Amino acid sequence: MATAPRPWLYNTFFKKNYMMLGVVFAGAFGFEMWYNSVMDKIWETNNRGRLWKDIRHKYVTANDDGDDDE
Amino acid sequence: MLARSCLRSTRTFAGAKNGAINFTKRAASSSSSGSTAPAQPVMLNIAAVASTAVAIGSIAWYYHLYGPTANAMTPAEEGLHPTKYPWVHQQALKTFDHQALRRGFQVYREVCASCHSLSRVPYRALVGVLLTVDEAKALAEENEYDTEPNDEGEIEKRPGKLSDYLPAPYKNDEAARAANNGALPPDLSLITKARHGGCDYIFSLLTGYPEEPPAGAQVGAGLNFNPYFPGTGIAMARVLYDGLVEYEDETPASTSQMAKDVVEFLNWAAEPEMDDRKRMGFKVLTVTTVLFALSVWVKRYKWAHIKSRKIVYDPPKVGDGPAPRY
Repeated sequence: MATAPRPWLYNTFFKKNYMMLGVVFAGAFGFEMWYNSVMDKIWETNNRGRLWKDIRHKYVTANDDGDDDE
Repeated sequence: MLARSCLRSTRTFAGAKNGAINFTKRAASSSSSGSTAPAQPVMLNIAAVASTAVAIGSIAWYYHLYGPTANAMTPAEEGLHPTKYPWVHQQALKTFDHQALRRGFQVYREVCASCHSLSRVPYRALVGVLLTVDEAKALAEENEYDTEPNDEGEIEKRPGKLSDYLPAPYKNDEAARAANNGALPPDLSLITKARHGGCDYIFSLLTGYPEEPPAGAQVGAGLNFNPYFPGTGIAMARVLYDGLVEYEDETPASTSQMAKDVVEFLNWAAEPEMDDRKRMGFKVLTVTTVLFALSVWVKRYKWAHIKSRKIVYDPPKVGDGPAPRY
């Protein structure tokens, strides 16, 4: 690995197996959170006006606003 | 043998067309393969006619046996196939129109619920889809449900809770039959999955009652004519008429509007998981597409040097003889 173009990459993430595992698991966790939020955003954009959250304000009375978050 | 005689017969016809000289040539050439004497033209004609008759006859027999479609039911018993409607909520990335769900639930409650149960849907399922928590609680409390047995073993009544299921109009199927002239109104919880044609069928059924049965139609006692219902005699009369329901969002309550809303609501009742299913499918397809493209690239990368190499054979030199040809 002496000739690796980015030795800091190897030294930081892949030198120790537990480090690499940690990177993989944390990366999977982070990626899934990001991916799900992006996909949900696409879904909501595609269904704008048809979702419950778009019409909910018409039926929720003011005093119980904090109560029902559904 | 049959094929050979057929071949010969076409040659015979060609020979007859082209004249006698040609014909003798053909006869000579055909006899050259075997030791048999040249066939007589009459025999050849008979063979041609017979083989043609056998071919046509076998085709006719085949179609007689397998050609016509065998229907177990008459078209009336089958029912008219429903029209295909472009339901938006059935598109790949579309959810239900939740405003329509709310209207459809109103139609169910004010019209359908007098005969049809929806007994697999609890009040809690309506929360966050077409009712707020308070609306659903208020709705549940309008009905009474049995409690657990108390200390004396008595079962009492309590107002409904969110975890209760929508009440059925009849105590049991027998009561439902007795009240409906012997016909059982089906439970509507899964009805769009339970009928061929699904949404299209139910919409066509609800809006497909003619003013009066067509001439010659047999309608049994206590039945109504509906061409979409298998057998055409349906115990349910037409229920949806323009303006029957007054929508709270002031949508004009035409027959087709109410039918469309209630069908969408029933589709939701049958498939409340549809949104999650479509969203998960979209996620899976996207990730799989990326991974597939990646794997194609890796394959091409790994194979690049194998695909692009050239194998050359360098033959050993041989003595003084002439140079070998390669």
